[in-house]
Amino acid sequence: MTSAAPSDPSVETLEEVVIRFAGDSGDGMQLTGNQFTSTSAALGNDLATFPDYPAEIRAPAGSLFGVSGFQLRFSSKDIHTPGDAPDVLVAMNPAALKMNLPDLKPGGLLIVNTGNFNKSDLKKAKYDANPLDDEALAADYTLVKLDLNEATVQAVEGLGLTNKEALRCKNFLALGMLYWVYSRPLETTEKWIDKKFGAKPKFREANLKALRAGHTIGENSEIFQARFAVPPAKLEAGTYRNIMGNPAVAMGLVAGSSLCELPIFYGTYPITPASDILHYLSRYKNHGVITFQAEDEIAGICSAIGASFTGALGVTGTSGPGMALKSEALGLAVMTELPLVVVNVQRGGPSTGLPTKTEQADLLQSIWGRNGECPIPVLAAQSPGDCFWAAIEAVRMAVTYMTPVILLTDGYLANGAEPWKLPKLEELERIPVRFHTDPENYQPFSRDPVTLARPWAKPGTPGLEHRIGGLEKRDVTGNVDYDPLNHEKMVGLREQKVMGIADSYPATEVYGPERGKVLVLGWGSTYGAIRGAVERALDAGLPVAQCHVRNLWPLPKDLGEVLKRFDQVLIPEMNRGQLARVIRSEYLIEVESFPKVQGRPFTAVEILERVKTLLG
Amino acid sequence: MTTVEAPSYKKADFVSDQEVRWCPGCGDYAILNAVQQTFAKLGVSKEKFVCVSGIGCSSRFPYYADTFGFHSIHGRAPAVATGIKVANPDLSVWIITGDGDALSIGGNHIIHAMRRNLDMNVLLFNNRIYGLTKGQYSPTSEINKKTPSSPFGSVDQPFNPIALALGSGATFVARSVDTQAAHLKGVLEAAHAHKGFSFVEILQNCVIYNNKAFEHITDKTIRHDRQVDLQAGKPMVYGKDLDKGLKILPDSIINCPPEEASTWRTDGPAGANAFRICQASESGEIPVPFGILRQVNRPVFETDLHLQIQATTQNLGQGTLENLLMEGETWQVS
Repeated sequence: MTSAAPSDPSVETLEEVVIRFAGDSGDGMQLTGNQFTSTSAALGNDLATFPDYPAEIRAPAGSLFGVSGFQLRFSSKDIHTPGDAPDVLVAMNPAALKMNLPDLKPGGLLIVNTGNFNKSDLKKAKYDANPLDDEALAADYTLVKLDLNEATVQAVEGLGLTNKEALRCKNFLALGMLYWVYSRPLETTEKWIDKKFGAKPKFREANLKALRAGHTIGENSEIFQARFAVPPAKLEAGTYRNIMGNPAVAMGLVAGSSLCELPIFYGTYPITPASDILHYLSRYKNHGVITFQAEDEIAGICSAIGASFTGALGVTGTSGPGMALKSEALGLAVMTELPLVVVNVQRGGPSTGLPTKTEQADLLQSIWGRNGECPIPVLAAQSPGDCFWAAIEAVRMAVTYMTPVILLTDGYLANGAEPWKLPKLEELERIPVRFHTDPENYQPFSRDPVTLARPWAKPGTPGLEHRIGGLEKRDVTGNVDYDPLNHEKMVGLREQKVMGIADSYPATEVYGPERGKVLVLGWGSTYGAIRGAVERALDAGLPVAQCHVRNLWPLPKDLGEVLKRFDQVLIPEMNRGQLARVIRSEYLIEVESFPKVQGRPFTAVEILERVKTLLG
Repeated sequence: MTTVEAPSYKKADFVSDQEVRWCPGCGDYAILNAVQQTFAKLGVSKEKFVCVSGIGCSSRFPYYADTFGFHSIHGRAPAVATGIKVANPDLSVWIITGDGDALSIGGNHIIHAMRRNLDMNVLLFNNRIYGLTKGQYSPTSEINKKTPSSPFGSVDQPFNPIALALGSGATFVARSVDTQAAHLKGVLEAAHAHKGFSFVEILQNCVIYNNKAFEHITDKTIRHDRQVDLQAGKPMVYGKDLDKGLKILPDSIINCPPEEASTWRTDGPAGANAFRICQASESGEIPVPFGILRQVNRPVFETDLHLQIQATTQNLGQGTLENLLMEGETWQVS
């Protein structure tokens, strides 16, 4: 074992570090970041990650728009965001340097691969002169210049790799180096390389050599002036794993299906950044999961509706543009009152927008974006791990109230990672589902007196033959009916049913003082940044609190009362103020909207600054 | 051991309590009647039938059949039906659609359902017009059709639904007509018996907006000379006294004496002859093909999908939530 113990006097202990890896989209930066994440998770750090990559699969090498980044923050404390400004930037080429340098903390560690700084690389990054020649760079940052290309080629010499193949290992060399700087063991990554390249011994060997060479360079070359350690975080006792939002949704859906004892039918069409949910679910065949890659978004949702009619748990997943295509079918699910879970992994819009970037601009679409009076409950997950719980909750609502449910996540949650404490299975609450089987007095649109749900009678049940569809239907019988007063009654019943779901919510929680000057109200993935900001504000003795809304529609019944306990309500969201509009119209109160639509998440500092401004 | 008796039904068992709201004289009545009579004969328990439709006159069908029914949204019936059939392969699924619903707004779904080869049946009521929206030309309307949306004649080339089905890989492709009940019922029974996707085009008269659209094929006085009922393994003969024949040549299909007629095969390579005869007949030189144009066996989508689930479960063992959550690296914090 080559890594130093934190007790080594030459190793300085830090509370936390924020690293950003940046390079070409073909440089393996996402892989490097994920490996650093797994290693740090296994060491017991709390962590949060922010992968940020272009929509192009292999953008032209060296171009500014082809830069792929992965930021991670690992800490000995409980953290909620991937950090504000990075302490360390690893820039694999000039384009990566240009795009990311403005974010690096003054005095931060800047590791640059000089092997990719020839004239043409500089030209592609639109540099007139080599920025590494600028003395100010070394003055402003702790600059480490190293030809990683050459070092990698040397490290893998003798294995019979072509130059191109050899250079592909340079991300592992960089990783090995950083493992030395931050006192991380190599084992987790070594094991991963073993598994990944087991069938290709040449590449397995090459990547292992590059990783170890990087570590040795750190140890022997004296290019680093210091070495650091970040001790484990004090997390709640339990079993942990690293989790990202998309797999958490997939696992939550499987858990939900198991709790209500219905097989999942996941009908969907590939779309960034939601496709991973399909990828995970399609592996879970031994959990009875049926995945159906449909011919388009509309067929995805319609097949799921058909499956729900048949008594399965119909689920579909998509992102913004796909959500727009599904709108008509959502209306059908509302009209036929069938359970359905719709996961929208939001991305930058409108139209194709920013496919790989995050945004929260589909809230109003989710609540109101359909023809007719078409109420659908909407809930949002607040962290990668919370996607698991939100998915179970969506399943519960759908089958309990016989309604489509929209679950909002976003690109930031989908691909971001955090350590996640595994739930105790025995504590998961069962979701009772009862299919109607008695033909005596069966009426397809009779209602449960409490939930107002109609009975679920699946094809194949003798004596329950009935017809459903998108036309307005008579109360109770479900027969097609255009009577004016009946229509008004049915519109009311569908609305009443959905609004009644709020009766099943837990009480709204406030983090911080129960009343005060400023309440920061948020929803979805802004949770971590808001929590970070409010924690710092409270540490500074400011009268600030946080309230995070899981259920966006219907809103919690006690929310209005909570809002009134504060002088001002600040609503940061990654859109132009959509929740702010909902809150104003529902409660007739003034709120301070804090919009951000840059395709990237809020930092805690941004929110803290705005809180301070509000406090004057 | 108990023997399960095939349920015995009458047509009345498949008549719902809903008042039929098609125009008097509409061809849909005859088709509804034929389907109800056929359902009663198939030996399938009533509760296992599911009729799924989209939007249009024909798509009101499910309300009138006393089975499970889903009147979905425009063009999407094949997608809804796919979810139904995959979730419960035990059901007998019938898609009721029209030329606008299936071939225009729902074109994408119908071709993909056919290529996947689910074991379901499509009844495409082709009246070559949009009826429910009051008479615009449809994707099967002949070129130069004068309608409210094409007052100077349409410039759209029509689809040949049979050719589309053949090209999409449907494993059972047939044609019948609303006015010939016995023939229609025979085709419906064959469609049900076929294990795979059955595409049935039913020529149907819209008495209001496109009356007599098929008169040149179906009128009693000429129909024997204008239709050839194709049957697998039988000579391609037609005429009131079966006194005319068709011969398949390498580059054409021609009329010939009945004794020289070619034998019809429904499983020829790539359906080439089926494709040729359905195209050739549009010229009017040879009769319009009816009956079963193609029938082949191909793996059935939902069967393979469930076999894969079974095989995976056998290999990996029944998944538990615990295994799922513990997948990958975990660590303990105490």
